[in-house]
Amino acid sequence: MQLTLEFGGGLELLCDSVKSHNINVDPQDGEEQLTMKNLLSWVRANVIKERPEMFMKGDSVRPGVLVLVNDTDWELSGQLETVLEEKDNVVFISTLHGG
Amino acid sequence: MEKTAKPKSRLCTHCNEKRAALKRPKTLEQICRECFYTVFEDEIHRVIVDNQLFKPGERIAIGASGGKDSTVLAYVMSELNRRHNYGLDLFLLSVDEGITGYRDDSLETVKRNEIQYGLPLKVVSYSELYGWTMDEIVKLIGLKNNCTFCGVFRRQALDRGAALLKVDKLVTGHNADDIAETVLLNILRGDIARLGRCTSIITGEDGPIPRCKPFKYTYEKEIVMYAYFKKLDYFSTECIYSPNAYRGFAREFIKDLERMRPRAILDIIKSGEDFRISTSTKMPEQGICERCGYISSQKWCKACVLLEGLNRGLPKLGIGRSRGINSEHNTNTKQANGTLSLQSKQCGSLDF
Repeated sequence: MQLTLEFGGGLELLCDSVKSHNINVDPQDGEEQLTMKNLLSWVRANVIKERPEMFMKGDSVRPGVLVLVNDTDWELSGQLETVLEEKDNVVFISTLHGG
Repeated sequence: MEKTAKPKSRLCTHCNEKRAALKRPKTLEQICRECFYTVFEDEIHRVIVDNQLFKPGERIAIGASGGKDSTVLAYVMSELNRRHNYGLDLFLLSVDEGITGYRDDSLETVKRNEIQYGLPLKVVSYSELYGWTMDEIVKLIGLKNNCTFCGVFRRQALDRGAALLKVDKLVTGHNADDIAETVLLNILRGDIARLGRCTSIITGEDGPIPRCKPFKYTYEKEIVMYAYFKKLDYFSTECIYSPNAYRGFAREFIKDLERMRPRAILDIIKSGEDFRISTSTKMPEQGICERCGYISSQKWCKACVLLEGLNRGLPKLGIGRSRGINSEHNTNTKQANGTLSLQSKQCGSLDF
């Protein structure tokens, strides 16, 4: 499944200062669907290069990191349970940097 | 790239027409982009009107760091000024602390904002005001207490810049999350004088240039969402010299609380507002620095003490419990006047 990821608000610094990533990721073995929960652990393992604790806490994003799926707040689509589809666009923005 | 929202997402509770784009932390409403812009801007307008923050004809400086809060503030202030005929003359005011690789980059953002929003920009620098850049100070003192120098110097630098611009007021981008965090920090430090001040929407009305915070009730999440949807140009890198440990804990705690119960942020501000200070607590008396004339509760203001230390090669002067110029005056008011608390103050940018 092809997805676009974007990192902003300083999170791009955790992945070699690259803001936009085109990725290819498939549901895990035995699973039909790819959820945000699956995607987060994939991103942590494959995209984040340093200080993963700035991005995640437990199995979710660190509080203060905003997530939008196709430009919609993931709090409206079920957060970790959000099911991703082909060509979805997922944006992560940190609110924790500077004023 | 434009994809439709997930089928699960519902309609905006305001207009009932468009798909909701975000959940408001303050009200838990789901709301579409256009209705969000309207309520976001209207709420700030209401705060400005209800608290009588400005009078027609005033000259107002917007403290601009190039970060998300001040960028959104500059955009919204110029928008509201036009829309509601506030009759204000707006200016951008930036401080150049002299931090290579951080402030020089963020100042580029402010310079772009100057053009994008058509607001005149004034930059004041530590090197011209104090004869020291933060790079030079850190070279001398290392990464301990550097945020104290920076915070004390920035506060004065903004006042000096505001005086040069001949403005009536200075507005800053402190948001609800920042204020809740500062309430907690002041409680943790037992800093009663600051606890009383930190929730005021206007401070320094007795001084030369009052400061106000139009975003006092605005959630950080909404500021960042607003900047993202409007594609505003802001700079987001942590200061290279800021360890930020203590404030970082408070910040994280607030964010954890917000996730469980977003109202917590407004409730902490409310608690801060409603605290009553017992009459037996000694409060510092406001006076004037004998050296530079800036407001001070001591013989010399904090910036002059720190500067004296730097220039005499004794950079610890004025840090923590050191006995220096003001020590004979300190005895009575030490608890309340912040001499102690400055020691643990991290990045000063949030403390005016």
